[in-house]
Amino acid sequence: MSIELIIGILNIVLISTTPLVFAGIGELVTEKSGVLNLGLEGLMLVGAVTGFITLVITGNYFYSLFLSIISGVILSGIFAFLVLNLMTNQIATGLALTIFGIGLSAMLGKKFGGTPIDGLNPYYFIVISFLLVFFVAYFLSKTKTGLIVRAVGENHNSAYALGYNVIKTRYLTIIFGGVMSSLAGYYISICYAPMWQEGMTAGRGWIALALVVFATWKPWRLLVGAYIFGGVAIMQMNLQAIGVKLPGQFFNMMPYLATIIVLVFISSNKLRLKLSAPSSLNIPFAKNQ
Amino acid sequence: MQSIVEFKNIFKSYPGVLANDDVSFNIKEQSIHAILGENGAGKSTLVKILYGHVKPDSGKILINSDLAIINSPSTAKNLGINMVFQHFSLFESLTVAENLILGMNESISLTKLKDKSKTICDKYGFNLNLNSPISSLSVGQRQSVEIVRSLLNNPKILIMDEPTSVLTPDEISKLFKIIKNLVKDGLTVIFISHKLEEIINLSDYVTIMRNGKVVSTILTQNEDPETLGYKMLGYKVSKAKQVTDINFSQEIFNIKNLSTQSKDPFTINLNKINLNLKKGQIFGIAGVAGNGQKELMEILLNENDYQFSGDIFFKDLNINNLSTFQRKSLSISYVTEERLGHSAVPEMSLSENIFLSMNHKSEFKKGDFINFEKINSYASDVIKNFNVDTPSYNVKAGKLSGGNLQKFIIGREIMSNPELLILSQPTWGIDAGSEAFIKKKILELSQNGVSIIIISHDLDELLEVCHQISVLYEGSLSNPLNVEDINIAKLGKYMGGLFD
Repeated sequence: MSIELIIGILNIVLISTTPLVFAGIGELVTEKSGVLNLGLEGLMLVGAVTGFITLVITGNYFYSLFLSIISGVILSGIFAFLVLNLMTNQIATGLALTIFGIGLSAMLGKKFGGTPIDGLNPYYFIVISFLLVFFVAYFLSKTKTGLIVRAVGENHNSAYALGYNVIKTRYLTIIFGGVMSSLAGYYISICYAPMWQEGMTAGRGWIALALVVFATWKPWRLLVGAYIFGGVAIMQMNLQAIGVKLPGQFFNMMPYLATIIVLVFISSNKLRLKLSAPSSLNIPFAKNQ
Repeated sequence: MQSIVEFKNIFKSYPGVLANDDVSFNIKEQSIHAILGENGAGKSTLVKILYGHVKPDSGKILINSDLAIINSPSTAKNLGINMVFQHFSLFESLTVAENLILGMNESISLTKLKDKSKTICDKYGFNLNLNSPISSLSVGQRQSVEIVRSLLNNPKILIMDEPTSVLTPDEISKLFKIIKNLVKDGLTVIFISHKLEEIINLSDYVTIMRNGKVVSTILTQNEDPETLGYKMLGYKVSKAKQVTDINFSQEIFNIKNLSTQSKDPFTINLNKINLNLKKGQIFGIAGVAGNGQKELMEILLNENDYQFSGDIFFKDLNINNLSTFQRKSLSISYVTEERLGHSAVPEMSLSENIFLSMNHKSEFKKGDFINFEKINSYASDVIKNFNVDTPSYNVKAGKLSGGNLQKFIIGREIMSNPELLILSQPTWGIDAGSEAFIKKKILELSQNGVSIIIISHDLDELLEVCHQISVLYEGSLSNPLNVEDINIAKLGKYMGGLFD
């Protein structure tokens, strides 16, 4: 294998993995505060289509980025209201958000499929994604606000008893996660593709969710994990190119297969999972009255 | 001295209970003010209202004669009110330092925190390692963390909710010394307890509560345990007394070298436990919570395939690998610590709860169907024989008060004629009447030749009913002591781990 080929592969891995880093790091913060948001896939799709349509209509990258972010704020804000104020089941609400996002994005994007645009340079986002992981790692381990987020996810009753606003903290982490997901979607439709196609996130939201567990809720491990997954996804193309004789469907299946294998592997060690997962994850918080 | 807190006509009701019924009294500045009452008298609700944790239905609170509207713990903290909770509000996976920072009103650097907490620790004699995770600390150390965390905010009022229930006698006297020093330095302490002697030793004033109402607020120095106990209950309770001069001979239950090697830092590993129980004997396992009681009970019950080495024999039969129901079929009965959710399903009726515990017995089934006639008559027998206050066996278990439900659960197990009964915290959190009743039943049972193991944090209870007591400390069980030659000082040493 020549040096050029290796550099080429690394380059493709970098470009294709970045959305996993964005969505994963957002979900990591949300889960650290004790909320499980299964709506990543839906948030990504809506973020992708909002950014794309705005760019086609206005031709302005700033507006498109801005509206894409706003879509994440609104959708995750609705999710937060449902699970925090109305105390709906987090899993069911997250699934509903995904289904809603898939449908909404398909409807909005119907007329825009195949419209050509000038894509943005992905390297800005790649750099930002690394900075983001650094920032989140620093925030969670070194700052008092980060400590409060962890405390809320660890034991929300104690956090409330100490005078912290559990609901407000969780609103903020859910919206942060939502914005990161829409950025991941924006990146896919504006930098990576660049185009709009129904369901174009192709399950990356689910892989990002699995990554958080894989990383045992640690930012740096999430980054490593994302690149392992990204590598596997790119490997399929290269294996096909080299001429390995296996059905194409098998190659397409590989990232998802890898996800399942890794999750089974991690869940087999129940003790480690118990020790690293935020203790209040997926448990609704009700104030004493 | 002027009043620092004034409660004015506080009302608070929960479905079915009036937890605070027109509560009014004053707390003087720089005093130790005890609130005394039985479980369910409304003490905890009242202080939670003061701390902003619970909202009253009506009533006012004055702090330094000014009307205070306390609608969240953070407003309370801004007013200088801090609280040490009965069930700690610590974060297990975080370090001591992180827990301290979380408790502070202002942001602070780590070095400054170290200085500040060191000053407090030195002054009052606490010993904390800031870098240890909470999960590695003993219960007594956890309480120190809670107290230091409160003191870092320079509070004016410190609420302590049953702070001694998890401490050894030595730790209690140390805590009392600390509290007295704190009050000398200007703090006002509100101390909640249902233990009469503690209140007499410690407090300046005591407010007695019964069924949500204030009975009276008095100077403590004029009282003794008997008069105070009478005021708390409204009637006199005669203590049960164990007959101790019995020679037991027939062995019935044996534990040999029981050990566990779990890697989970949130569990305690048991260390070569040996226990020898004779027919008709009552054996108490004392010790502060969190020293392996939960793990020992899990192994005795075998609900979760807890891994262990060593052997357990019941009448010379090795029962290591027998399931819970197989053990029950051998006539071993269990009453677990958690009444709701473990011993009984709150959403199911009393009859249904009978069936859940007895379904290994064919008489409660008709083929694959439940024999309702049988379980209903069994339930009414339990209700009758154990004075359970309930209109019928169709009432959901969750609707019964703690004491009534406990009588029902213990009755359910006793009426299945066990040869060995294993009880965990049998009288925890229930009213004095039910407590006395349960103790009487336990004594009767042993006179009829049933062997009983009681795991309890309550020393008084164990001393009252047991023939022998061992202490569990960090997973090791002490040699058994005969109750007639036990004194509290010796037991206190054992509870601190000083035994071979």
